Amino acid sequence: MVEEIGKTAEGDLIINVGPQHPATHGVLHLIITLNGETIKKVEPHLGYIHRSIEKMCESLTYRQFIYTTSRMDYLSAHINNHACALTVEKGLGIEIPARAQVIRVLMDELTRIASHELWWGAMAMDLGAFTPFFHAFRERETINDIMEETCGARLTMNYMVPGGVMMDLHPNFQYRVKNFLTLYKRKIHEYDELVTGNIIFQNRMKGVGVLSKEAAISFGVTGPAARGSGVSCDVRKLYPYEIYNTLEFDEILETEGDSFARYMVRLREMNESIKIIEQLIDNIPEGDFQAKTKAVLKLPKGEFYQRVETARGELGVYIVSEGGTTPYRIKFRSPGFSNLSCLDHITRGGKIGDLIASMGTLDLVIPDIDR
Amino acid sequence: MSNEELKTIISEILPNASFEETGEWLNIGLEAADWIESANKLRNFESMPFNFLFCLTCVDWKTHFTMVYHLRSTTTLDNIVVKVKLDREKPEIITVSDIWRGAELFEREVYDLFGVIFLEHPDLRRLLLTDDWVGYPLRKDYEDPINMIKL
Repeated sequence: MVEEIGKTAEGDLIINVGPQHPATHGVLHLIITLNGETIKKVEPHLGYIHRSIEKMCESLTYRQFIYTTSRMDYLSAHINNHACALTVEKGLGIEIPARAQVIRVLMDELTRIASHELWWGAMAMDLGAFTPFFHAFRERETINDIMEETCGARLTMNYMVPGGVMMDLHPNFQYRVKNFLTLYKRKIHEYDELVTGNIIFQNRMKGVGVLSKEAAISFGVTGPAARGSGVSCDVRKLYPYEIYNTLEFDEILETEGDSFARYMVRLREMNESIKIIEQLIDNIPEGDFQAKTKAVLKLPKGEFYQRVETARGELGVYIVSEGGTTPYRIKFRSPGFSNLSCLDHITRGGKIGDLIASMGTLDLVIPDIDR
Repeated sequence: MSNEELKTIISEILPNASFEETGEWLNIGLEAADWIESANKLRNFESMPFNFLFCLTCVDWKTHFTMVYHLRSTTTLDNIVVKVKLDREKPEIITVSDIWRGAELFEREVYDLFGVIFLEHPDLRRLLLTDDWVGYPLRKDYEDPINMIKL
């Protein structure tokens, strides 16, 4: 079909974005067919960071396999670990202590804020504004410091284990989190002043990359990307796990479905996470941080599925067990994978200059897609 | 809605289906030949359209493959699991990428890692592995001493 390099038979231009490109935030390769400046087709080319985590997990025990999932969506490492721990607990029928539940939810929400902050800075950078990145990292660093103190790691925490959490909170935890809350509230208005209200930014985002509600459902898009199109899909609300049904927070919905709607969903979602943290930080129950479990875990024969809401959408862990110490088959339904599938749909017919604005608000993390 | 109620409703629209009670959701067993017709019925079911395909995968049972489709209805929030048995020697099933568009990438992944052929798929190529890769890594009998993925 290709007659000369970089041209199709119809004379359309083929452009490669990535696998090494600053706006793809990782090794995503897009093959774009262009007619002038209009996009005719976007074809994602995956696999540059495929590690076959699903196959690896088949030879890892139920305690070990959790660690590989921190390497999937490395910005939601806690939440990935949480999903796996919940699946194993579901299989074993373990009740976990109240303290562990609260710690888990606190960590999840801190992770969500950190992830959205990184996304906010990186997306503004994609659109040509470098300063927001530093503003975002100022707050994000304090979260990472909190994680480092309690979990011993800043990105791949591996803190949630079947039965609870790996170790107790650091004595400084509450103090540090409260400091973060004060800092966040003092600084969050800068986000709006710097980016949201900026007319250049709004012009680049509004009406760009429109995803209709029907299309979002059909493509299986979840998370803030789908909520920007008005699809109610917050797993924390629809299928509450842990203690989310006792907490007060709102599911953020926008209806426009364009890049700006997805942007607003994430910004407002950070405030909801702050609300959750405020409800819990002074009410961490005393007690055990881990339930008593056997050294070797064996899941009964059967199938177990658990989904959680990560910063990017619905993560599903599907374990098929034959009764042994390792899973027979494991499948990670990663949010990035499904969100990527709508990229061609939302950018087709648009201009090449809008591609990055559309892609940036899908918040793709490539190791999460490739697994 | 409880699984029992779902079972009554679904057995009316899918008379050929068999049911089993493993896992927390209703499992529906179908023949590969019935799948496309049943998928259309489930997707366009009036009171409860199963319009959200949230997970599509395959399990290698050494004697046969099982395609596993996790569906949910965004109106009633009910979940069902559809399972279709495939012949391991000749794993072929019709695509559902025109019913749930998100299935297109999922099916490419399953083709890539299991070698299941999706008939009438718009673009059936390897997704994660290179085009010249030999074998299907997630099959249970896959051995590759060079690119070791068993630990």
